[in-house]
Amino acid sequence: MEQYLSLFVKAIFVENMALAFFLGMCTFLAVSKKIETAIGLGIAVIFIEMITVPANNLIYQYFLNVDALSWAGIYGTDLRFLGYISYIGVIAAIVQILEMILDKFLPVLYNALGIFLPLITVNCAILGASLFMVERDYNFTQSVVYGAGAGAGWALAIIAIAGIRDKLKYSDIPDGLQGLGIAFITTGLMALGFMSFSGIKL
Amino acid sequence: MAKTKDIIFDPLVDNNPITLQVLGICSALAVTSSVTTALIMSISVTLVTGFSSFFIASIRNFIPSSVRIIIQMVIIASLVIIVDQVLKAYAFNASKTLSVFVGLIITNCIVMGRAEGFAMKNPPITSFLDGLGNGAGYSLILIMLAIIRELLGAGKLMGFEIFKTVNNGGWYIPNGLLLLPPSAFFLIGLIIWAFRTWKPAQVETPVFKIRSSDGGNH
Repeated sequence: MEQYLSLFVKAIFVENMALAFFLGMCTFLAVSKKIETAIGLGIAVIFIEMITVPANNLIYQYFLNVDALSWAGIYGTDLRFLGYISYIGVIAAIVQILEMILDKFLPVLYNALGIFLPLITVNCAILGASLFMVERDYNFTQSVVYGAGAGAGWALAIIAIAGIRDKLKYSDIPDGLQGLGIAFITTGLMALGFMSFSGIKL
Repeated sequence: MAKTKDIIFDPLVDNNPITLQVLGICSALAVTSSVTTALIMSISVTLVTGFSSFFIASIRNFIPSSVRIIIQMVIIASLVIIVDQVLKAYAFNASKTLSVFVGLIITNCIVMGRAEGFAMKNPPITSFLDGLGNGAGYSLILIMLAIIRELLGAGKLMGFEIFKTVNNGGWYIPNGLLLLPPSAFFLIGLIIWAFRTWKPAQVETPVFKIRSSDGGNH
């Protein structure tokens, strides 16, 4: 249990997807102008990470890894080179399916998350989490916890920066730094702040 | 011919993918702590963007628009797999340092953005050049960052010592902050500032204007 808690906290703070690995930066900077949209996107990311990382974990364990097809009686296979195309396929498909399911059964949630779902397919934080999961050899339970943590960390970061940018509207910024420039520098300062978490162990 | 030249050179400064379109920052920042990795990353991204635009543009009339994202993804992912396998075969150490960032070229917004925004509407050769141009705009920023970070952070360029550091009996005290991730954000912020001072047309208008203190009745 402790091991999972530690993994969760580590994924949120120490190895924050946005501020330590710069993943999902395009959406991070483009969709952080308003707090409400940032919250919507953050929740959507947590949700998708929790589904795609474990799903890709199963794909990796039972199809792609060395000798992974032994359950079907096939030995000596190594399909790891197909990794990227499978992971992105799984992500795109899950996002698409989720969009349809939400549309049919949970229209309220669909209306809240709807516009963000297609954006999420090309969010590097989602694919990044799957690739880190493979690189670090997580098992199924670890991958669920890691997915949730990585998503939560990213959501935390985007909501925080949306709050800061909301206040920044009232400040007097040099012309050239207006908008994107100051957003980068703010993110840099936030990343410095998050670095203080490094080395924390539970 | 003038148009072809525009397609290639426009993305370098006037319409740079990183500083103006906010694309492709995701995988850009973590690989710029040394010039060698930045160069490898730049070449890979430029090639992937060029060729994916080329292939997508060649089949653009046969792609149903409802499934186009997935088709674009498949083409891009296949190209990235080729790049990854080539790197693993010929530059193994570099591919280890780049780790997941080679794979993340798939979701690099520049590649998708050019496929979706340009290649779906233009013929193959033009799209190819457009892809190369945008890749070059990305590379320009990446290499600028890498040169600043590696030179000031470690006193080296591509692994060769330029400033002799104090630890090796020289005079230069390296600025360790520049090797840490957050410095990339500050540097990009400053590069954007420089670009926009040079090209004032790119400046964004503020949401609220500060009222001037000379009476204030305007």
